[in-house]
Amino acid sequence: MKYKGRFGNYGGFYVPEVLIPALEELEDAFYHFYENPQFVKELDELYKYYAGRPTPLYHAKRFSEIVGFKVYLKREDLLHGGAHKVNNTLGQGLLAKYMGKKKLIAETGAGQHGLATAMIGALFGMETKIFMGVTDIDRQSVNVHKMRLCGAEVVAVEGGTGTLKDAINDALRYWTAHVTDTFYLFGSAAGPHPYPAIVKHFQSCIGKEARQQCIDQIGGLPDMVVACVGGGSNAIGIFSGFYDDKNVRLIGVEAGGMSLEEGKNAATLAIGKVGILHGAKAYLLQDKEGQVYDTESVSAGLDYAAVGPEHCLLKDTKRAEYFAAHDEDVLNAFETLTKSEGIIPALESSHALAFLMTHKNDFSPDTIAVVNLSGRGDKDVSIVEKHRPLKQ
Amino acid sequence: MKTYKQLFSQLNRAALIPFFVIGDPDFDTSLEIVKTAIDSGADILELGIPFSDPIADGPAIQKADIRSMKSGMNMAKALEFIQKIKEYKDIPIGLLMYYNLVFQYGIKKFFGDFHKAGVNSVLVADLSIDDADEITEPALSSGLDTVFMVTPNTKSDRMKLIASKTTGFIYTVSVLGVTGSRNELSNQIDGLIAKLKKITDVPICVGFGISSPEHAVSVAKAGANGVIIGSKIVSFVENNLENKSKMKEDISAFLKQVKSAISDNKS
Repeated sequence: MKYKGRFGNYGGFYVPEVLIPALEELEDAFYHFYENPQFVKELDELYKYYAGRPTPLYHAKRFSEIVGFKVYLKREDLLHGGAHKVNNTLGQGLLAKYMGKKKLIAETGAGQHGLATAMIGALFGMETKIFMGVTDIDRQSVNVHKMRLCGAEVVAVEGGTGTLKDAINDALRYWTAHVTDTFYLFGSAAGPHPYPAIVKHFQSCIGKEARQQCIDQIGGLPDMVVACVGGGSNAIGIFSGFYDDKNVRLIGVEAGGMSLEEGKNAATLAIGKVGILHGAKAYLLQDKEGQVYDTESVSAGLDYAAVGPEHCLLKDTKRAEYFAAHDEDVLNAFETLTKSEGIIPALESSHALAFLMTHKNDFSPDTIAVVNLSGRGDKDVSIVEKHRPLKQ
Repeated sequence: MKTYKQLFSQLNRAALIPFFVIGDPDFDTSLEIVKTAIDSGADILELGIPFSDPIADGPAIQKADIRSMKSGMNMAKALEFIQKIKEYKDIPIGLLMYYNLVFQYGIKKFFGDFHKAGVNSVLVADLSIDDADEITEPALSSGLDTVFMVTPNTKSDRMKLIASKTTGFIYTVSVLGVTGSRNELSNQIDGLIAKLKKITDVPICVGFGISSPEHAVSVAKAGANGVIIGSKIVSFVENNLENKSKMKEDISAFLKQVKSAISDNKS
């Protein structure tokens, strides 16, 4: 490998020998093509005409009234596929095409990355397999159906708790056996190098756009940028646009689940300790001997025991702050945004909104917050209905 | 304590190296099984400490890990297990495990404690030669040998680097893929062994997918110094969970068959 892929002491590529040549090939290809004018032009056009970039920055006035300060939403939920995931799948998909790969695999939790990969598989005519835990298949059946409609095969993963971690385990195992002709389209800014760098690069359009839109529409920078964090791709995408703006607080919100007890949440940065999983050194939810905990969250997309390595460094250096939102507060936020703005947020993104609602007394009325509304919540209505049945 | 060097220099045939997950299906049964394997002709033991997320393992060993963890396996018990084996017989033992367990235990302390218990080497499945420095010095200074993997897609320059950092044996993976029994032996194996033999004098042991005496013989004929059999043996545990004496009989019979087959093929 050309680079170590480290963020401070985090990251790296802790994988079996058999995967090293594939990661080397990927690293080579990425650094060869990512600034190539033809590649950039093709990707920009796909962003614009296929995915629907740029996405608006929307002043949510009614929601702002409820929390008592100004809230702007970066509307990644309006993208094709319903989430920010398409930024990355278009980028990596195009890279796969430039590399001459014909087969894609991906893991998915909520199904948003799986769907965004299935879409790109259809678009580029590539054979696509999506690994998804059985629990997630059950709770995100609409996305499963959409992936299949796009022509992807959805592989049900039974191991563990049938969630994102187990899906990644099986995707890695499959890749090990098919490494010569298959492109692993990783969905989060996590996993072994070079994935954290690649995913950040393709998601950084969110932050670049949002920063410029703040200047154009608000006349300056916000006081804080808030995003949910599972593996952390949407958060790293928007945060990266504001790294150098030291007065802008960067706030990541993890899944606090039912409680901060062991195995009842996915609040890795809040209560995890450093370990190694899925090819990277990062904070990890684990017992004292290093066995990885099961996680629990109302949102399948944040239900992950590790976190991207760059977030670990941002936490340690205090450039970003991380909080956990509990399921009940997340459901409140989901309902509040929907009722006040007519925008149905994904349960993942609702974590960022929940932070604003539960911390509203900490902020003065002239505070300006930008929330990355990373996805829309159509996929979540049946989960919400289970927790909060509508009264007729 | 018997070293790899002593063992390989004494053998004029390929070493028989069965793999077990420590504590599968439970501590006592596992101990009996491993003793049976020793009595049936094992030359080296390859032992796994179970991990929650074994990404290099196929279904057979994944299930073994789960059985072992459910029965309460932990680091202290793994140490005790190894001590008990060494009390039974001074046989070289290699551990095969995942990095996070070593990392949480404390790298230096891990190698020190497990060497003291009787372990000869620790192969960390998810640590490539690129980051070998994190473990090489503490392993060697604790008195352990180093073992690293070579796979069919490892380039020649890398093979040389791996060989230069290996003091025990090169764990040569016969196929692209995770652990698991396979009907056909990989056709890449002869070429891979020949290539390695040209590069290094370090012993070469071959694993992944070796499932029959015939497989073992052809690997031995290709020049391997050892034959590692994992999933096939672990499947005897899985298939006889209700009948522990048959579990031991099946493992013993299989190992004796393999041993006799590779003994007929003396180099």
